[in-house]
Amino acid sequence: MSASSTAKSMTIGESGLALIFAVTAFLCVFAAAKALDPAFAFHASLGAAASAASVFVILNRYFERPAELPPQEINGRPNYNLGPVKFASFMAMFWGIAGFTVGLIIASQLAWPWLNFDLPWTSFGRLRPLHTSAVIFAFGGNVLLATSFYVVQRTCRTRLAGDLAPWFVVVGYNFFILIAGTGYLLGVTQSKEYAEPEWYSDLWLTIVWVTYLLVFLVTVIKRKEPHIFVANWFYLAFIVTIAVLHLGNNPALPVSLLGSKSYVAWGGVQDAMFQWWYGHNAVGFFLTAGFLAIMYYFIPKRAERPIYSYRLSIIHFWALIFLYIWAGPHHLHYTALPDWAQTLGMTFSVMLWMPSWGGMINGLMTLSGAWDKLRTDPVLRMLVVSVAFYGMSTFEGPMMSIKVVNSLSHYTDWTIGHVHSGALGWVGFVSFGALYCLVPWAWNRRGLYSLKLVNWHFWTATLGIVLYISAMWVSGILQGLMWRSYTALGFLEYSFIETVEAMHPFYIIRAAGGALFLIGSLIMAYNLWMTVRVGEAEVESPVALQPAE
Amino acid sequence: MSFWQRHQVIEKNSIILVIGILLVIAIGGLVEITPLFYLKSTIEVVDGVRPYTPLELAGRNIYVREGCYLCHSQMIRPLRDEVERYGHFSLAAESMYDHPFQWGSKRTGPDLARVGAKYSDDWHVTHLTNPRAIVPQSVMPGYPFLKETELNASNIADHLKTLRAVGVPYTDDQIANAEADLKAQVDPDGAGSEALTKRYPKAVVRNFDGKPGAPTEMDALIAYLQMLGTLVDFKLYNEKANLR
Repeated sequence: MSASSTAKSMTIGESGLALIFAVTAFLCVFAAAKALDPAFAFHASLGAAASAASVFVILNRYFERPAELPPQEINGRPNYNLGPVKFASFMAMFWGIAGFTVGLIIASQLAWPWLNFDLPWTSFGRLRPLHTSAVIFAFGGNVLLATSFYVVQRTCRTRLAGDLAPWFVVVGYNFFILIAGTGYLLGVTQSKEYAEPEWYSDLWLTIVWVTYLLVFLVTVIKRKEPHIFVANWFYLAFIVTIAVLHLGNNPALPVSLLGSKSYVAWGGVQDAMFQWWYGHNAVGFFLTAGFLAIMYYFIPKRAERPIYSYRLSIIHFWALIFLYIWAGPHHLHYTALPDWAQTLGMTFSVMLWMPSWGGMINGLMTLSGAWDKLRTDPVLRMLVVSVAFYGMSTFEGPMMSIKVVNSLSHYTDWTIGHVHSGALGWVGFVSFGALYCLVPWAWNRRGLYSLKLVNWHFWTATLGIVLYISAMWVSGILQGLMWRSYTALGFLEYSFIETVEAMHPFYIIRAAGGALFLIGSLIMAYNLWMTVRVGEAEVESPVALQPAE
Repeated sequence: MSFWQRHQVIEKNSIILVIGILLVIAIGGLVEITPLFYLKSTIEVVDGVRPYTPLELAGRNIYVREGCYLCHSQMIRPLRDEVERYGHFSLAAESMYDHPFQWGSKRTGPDLARVGAKYSDDWHVTHLTNPRAIVPQSVMPGYPFLKETELNASNIADHLKTLRAVGVPYTDDQIANAEADLKAQVDPDGAGSEALTKRYPKAVVRNFDGKPGAPTEMDALIAYLQMLGTLVDFKLYNEKANLR
């Protein structure tokens, strides 16, 4: 072997990272010993354990590996790095099921409050951020990591940049999820919705995210294709903007470097504006731009059709990212935020309808000439229905951002229903569709274990979504109308608690919808597991082959 | 060269693409956020709003910790039914010392912006321990552990200092007496209550949880709830002067 001719030595990345983790392990042990509160001590211990494990894994990997790093190309073909893709796909499925389960629990708590068990770590207020973070950042985030690392390699026809860096990103990101999630249960939160993790988790995420940007960008820079594929524009916009949003919303001063509590730099009305500038663009860039990137790669690939319109993708890309940033104030209509900001937020939210539907049209029309595949391919059907849900919720959103509509819908379940038509219908289905494509590709299987199970997943989940969002429409509009209802004598007709009581049946229906969605994801997990283990199942031919005459 | 050909420059150069994205996303945020820091009309001129007492602050941190903001807003909109149900609409000034803000986004339970002094301490203790003992249809979780847990407030002065660093005008006097003030607020017969109300006007000094001994988390949370929305006297508030 020619490899044996070069002397084996540690790369700068290996030795540097091992050293950094060794130092971190010691710092964490010190922090755990000196911690002011038990939650911080617990997290510091987790940090110490993870750092020590990282040192071991890096050294072990070095001793096991051949002298030369994996080649960029083998026989003139790119040597794709699929390890991190597989890891993130697995974690996506794991966190998805965990997140949907917690969602079902908190939905049930609203119908049957005894399920809170009157314990601190099982009460709704602590489980709700666990649910939102688990589905958005853990499930959605791992889907984005897996698909972006796959798509960028394929469309740039080059191996992922870095040797340890991609692993650092996927493992480090999941460690962030672990710290954030356990923190919520222990009451560690800065109470900014979708940005609840405290200062030390935020710092860790910043390091991971900058590495993510570098891995992605350097891979794009060393591409073998002249053009940057459209999906990568969306991935880049997602990664860059999330970094900006994260840094803008989260500056905080810890009370002590040895405790979990911090106070955010912004206060009152400015904090509210920063929060919803962040919050709405977590939707706009995490849950939209990132998943549009998935749409732009997986739908054309699965339908075996080119993207409908290249020019439409240019226009709707720039329009979407320009307009989305302005939409935040529609979360603060009629609040103490100055009117001029509310009006700007409403105006841009309504305009946002157009580029959103530009993306929907581009996705749906990609099926031109391939519509018949919807009958035979349930995976493609899932992807297409996700785009339809995207279209629906991006119409509903601008409508709800109109101040008059918002005066009714705000503070009610209508908002929750709207979020879930986007989250379950659009983000959920496009992720499922992408994973159904990605797992056989990444594990080198001919196809999925069972398309029939995909069909079952599709229909249980769709039924679940329909139950969920229709229950929330009715409960939201009902409660909004009850709050503002007056008697003939000019008194408020309902006390607050009467409007809570009226929600009960809809909360049960919603929980049933969530349960169906969860069952669908369990079917999916089984199917993907079997795909990895045994590959495509033998298809029994329904009709015996006719002998040739 | 057509527009589409010009755009190819961006499609072929990743750094230009990243810079383009950064420029395009910067505009909206800059226009909407930066003026809030210098436009004088953003926060009304009001008498009475003061930083939280140490005990109220500790209670507020429990409110944050338990995620109360996920079901209770603290923002009354200027709509007829809300003003009649909850009281005067919320002013930006009333939350100007809030780090973080607690306006909320959902009302599974009622708005709490002006819940202060609406119910007795006793009502709150019973309700927080078991909401359905008072309101049978309630879906709120019970928090019986609050009155059993002693308030951990050994470094409350550091909390005040941190808040001062991010812009809350705590005085040296308030910081120096933080720990004493915290204990004084649950001890109406003690010597410190007068100094406390001098440092924090309108502060309510009561044994909130009704139990003797060191302050519990229940004391702190109720102290916070009982002051919500009580600082501004709307009989004296000049609405015309604050038109915006």
